[in-house]
Amino acid sequence: MSSADEQRRVGVESCGVPNVNRERGQRQVFCGLAGIVWLHRKIQDAFFLVVGSRTCAHLLQSAAGVMIFAEPRFATAILQERDLAGLADCNQELDRVVADVLERRSDIKTLFLVGSCPSEVIKLDLSKAAERLSETHQGRVRVLDYSASGLETTFTQGEDVCLMSLTPQLPLLAEGESSLLVVGTLPDVVEDQFARIFRDLGIGPVHFLPPRQSTELPPVGKGSRVLLAQPFLGETARALQKRGATLLDAPYPLGIEGTLGWLKAAADAWGVSEERLREVTAAPIARAERGLARQRELLAGKRITFLPDSQLEIPIARFLARECGMELVEVATPFLDRQLMESELQLLPSDLRLTEGQDVERQLDRVREDRPDLTVCGLGLANPLEAEGLRTKWSIELVFSPIHGFDQAADLAELFARPLVRGALLQV
Amino acid sequence: MQLTLWSYEGPPHIGAMRLAASMKGVHLVLHAPQGDTYADLLFTMIERRPQRPPVSYTTFQARELGTDTAELVKTTIQQTYDRFKPSVLMVGESCTAELIQDQPGALAQGMGLPVPVLPLELPAYARKENWGANETFYQLIRGLLRSRVPAPGSERELRAEGARPKANLLGASSLGFRCRDDVVEVTRLLDSVGVDVNVVAPLGASPEDLLRIPEADFNVCMYPEIADQSCHWLERMFGQPMVKTVPIGIGATRDFLHEVGRAAGIEIDTTKDPIWSRMPWYSRSVDSTYLTGKRVFIFADATHAVAAARIAAEELGFTVVGLGTYAREFARDVREAAKRYGVDPLITDDYLEVEARVAEVQPELVLGTQMERHIAKRLGVPCAVISAPVHIQDFPSRYAPQMGFEGANVIFDTWVHPLMMGLEEHLITMFREDFEFHDAATPSHLGPGTRKTQSEDAEPAAAEQAARADDAVMAWAPEAEQELKKIPFFVRGKARRNTERFAEECGIQTITVETLYDAKAHFGR
Repeated sequence: MSSADEQRRVGVESCGVPNVNRERGQRQVFCGLAGIVWLHRKIQDAFFLVVGSRTCAHLLQSAAGVMIFAEPRFATAILQERDLAGLADCNQELDRVVADVLERRSDIKTLFLVGSCPSEVIKLDLSKAAERLSETHQGRVRVLDYSASGLETTFTQGEDVCLMSLTPQLPLLAEGESSLLVVGTLPDVVEDQFARIFRDLGIGPVHFLPPRQSTELPPVGKGSRVLLAQPFLGETARALQKRGATLLDAPYPLGIEGTLGWLKAAADAWGVSEERLREVTAAPIARAERGLARQRELLAGKRITFLPDSQLEIPIARFLARECGMELVEVATPFLDRQLMESELQLLPSDLRLTEGQDVERQLDRVREDRPDLTVCGLGLANPLEAEGLRTKWSIELVFSPIHGFDQAADLAELFARPLVRGALLQV
Repeated sequence: MQLTLWSYEGPPHIGAMRLAASMKGVHLVLHAPQGDTYADLLFTMIERRPQRPPVSYTTFQARELGTDTAELVKTTIQQTYDRFKPSVLMVGESCTAELIQDQPGALAQGMGLPVPVLPLELPAYARKENWGANETFYQLIRGLLRSRVPAPGSERELRAEGARPKANLLGASSLGFRCRDDVVEVTRLLDSVGVDVNVVAPLGASPEDLLRIPEADFNVCMYPEIADQSCHWLERMFGQPMVKTVPIGIGATRDFLHEVGRAAGIEIDTTKDPIWSRMPWYSRSVDSTYLTGKRVFIFADATHAVAAARIAAEELGFTVVGLGTYAREFARDVREAAKRYGVDPLITDDYLEVEARVAEVQPELVLGTQMERHIAKRLGVPCAVISAPVHIQDFPSRYAPQMGFEGANVIFDTWVHPLMMGLEEHLITMFREDFEFHDAATPSHLGPGTRKTQSEDAEPAAAEQAARADDAVMAWAPEAEQELKKIPFFVRGKARRNTERFAEECGIQTITVETLYDAKAHFGR
């Protein structure tokens, strides 16, 4: 038995579900609008029109504007005083703005109207508007709506609400057919890897949501088995369940253990034998273990704290603890969906300091007191903590990097080893 | 609603944050929904600050809207005071909080905190970032110095015999374009004529420093967008003259020194050549001859736009073909400058309008903001950044002022760099079928890559659509179209436009090779 196997076994034995500390106060997180930054690249024929304020526009361009766009794929319809005073009919205004966008970008197939805090507070009905505009531009472009306001969503939840808005649009899976639906944005390379493994396991057809083109929506129905590739998709999962799909209970495909558990959930649903699963996964697992061994040397015994950001904290902490030998000081998540996290919580030590929500000042006090070897946090805190002599790993990178699956396990570990290596390397 | 692909300024509370982050001992409490803390990244990432900005947020969520958000404001203010103990506490709202009207400023004033509390009015749906910074700076200065305004009619104290005159440098701020190094350069400039710096604000100043502002002989309004209200008020209340010339460019720097001389009552040696600027010689050296008449489009905040136009026209020998600003508050200066260069001023904060104008005038170089880089990429035109908004690469590690004589050196290098170098430009014009050096290739000194040739191919479709709809009858003969392709790409757009205008004026329906050369002779280029 390899040491990683041993680690996994020991982990399982010492487990129980940890208690959750709930904390409220100032939250240092993104709102759901930030999801647009990766969604616009995944769904290439979609355009995201935020209905909001100058602040929303500013957020988007501060996050994505360092790239130089010849053809922007998102924009903001900025509310003016006239709109708020009721002097302008917001619906007419919106129609005009949408017409402008569509005239400029004739290649758009799906337009998302994205709600924000201001549009929520003034109760602008974007779903009605989306219906109306879909009719107006019928045959040419589909108009959908979702709200990614900071009032309601935190960072990656923006993807959840976006995908949820797509679910009613999915075609119906024919009666008697079955398919596997993998949900959550994955980098193209990872998507292809998973597709190959499922093919080798004889599981299929496999569809991915979101698709690369908004016109190629996967079907859903009674025969759909859903595997969540991302832990922040509670609303989407429930919407798919409403359409008859079955949610497969699995850990998230991060690290070897998570990926194997994730694949096993599908294999079980398709009645694939243990033996076959072992055959198909043996080579990639051996490869991943070789890659991981190097990173494990750098990470084992190091203490790590997660500040809340993306809901990826729990599965990644599980991976770092069980497969890389790190010590978890505190793991915080912006939102804990018990149902979706069940399989993951089982794998965490029962005495883990697990926090849902945030009071940033108090949390930073704890970080300063604990002085972990590595703190996973947002960019608003990373440099200030570095200046205090603490090593950090900025968390947003985790949603922008290929980290899922066997062949990315070492890369995922490397993301955490890199700041430590760098810290040791620099002599200035 | 206004369709906004890119916005030139953030909301006004970002301006207030810039003010707070510039200073020491000032803390801002912002009533704002969860997520608005993204703004911290501007400071910690784009500007790479090693501390969190001194801003605390209420970060309310949907569930709190049903309850008492005002209570949340009060709790946040109290906790913020207890933790940070600032000498001045500012309280403001972001755009969403403005809609729910909790009056956080008034609440804070009623809490009996033992420090000055400054409530900020930041109308988020009418005003923008620079206004927010300007207003916050003004309110702060006015709030701190109001009680020290001398009685009307009282004489200003005379400077002690032999003492060097002192100036305040006002307007430099966090997230301002090259403010860090401009302060150093202007300090050096003033020192060279025997003037000391009294207070630099808001950048690096504490409220206690602001109290010393009246001790200076005059104020240098480095960035009017941030400091003009304050300077005007100080001039009225404390009789401190305000130096208005912004020393960006050789000519402007000389004018600035003269104005300083007048304000400080000292002789300025005007005959000595600027000892530390190489820019005038670089610009006169024969390598720069090919820069003559390069057609340049300028769009920026008013200060940098006006300064850039003067440098372009008088110091580099470019032709200014477009000049504009997104700063409506300072549109007058830009209009006046535009008149000098014989162009239509473009006063707009609408990115699409700027893009349309650039496509229309077909410049060979765009000098603008981060947003103009998007436009330039789309149109395949070289571009250099001269003003905020900017991204991380424009907060460089090296010394990179825009002001003063070293600023002029920096500007020469920055603006000339994106242009194709002289020899390559000549050879591309002569030999058009080279496999390595061709129209679609980026200038070779900029490394590998392919230039997007939208300016040539897509441009008639996109930018001229409107113009062409009117005279759909006009057409290019195939040979003429071929001939047009022999004109170097950076002036081809202009040639196309001129030829079509010429054809229209002469009532020519089909443009031939002859028409092309007739138009060339007619317009002289």
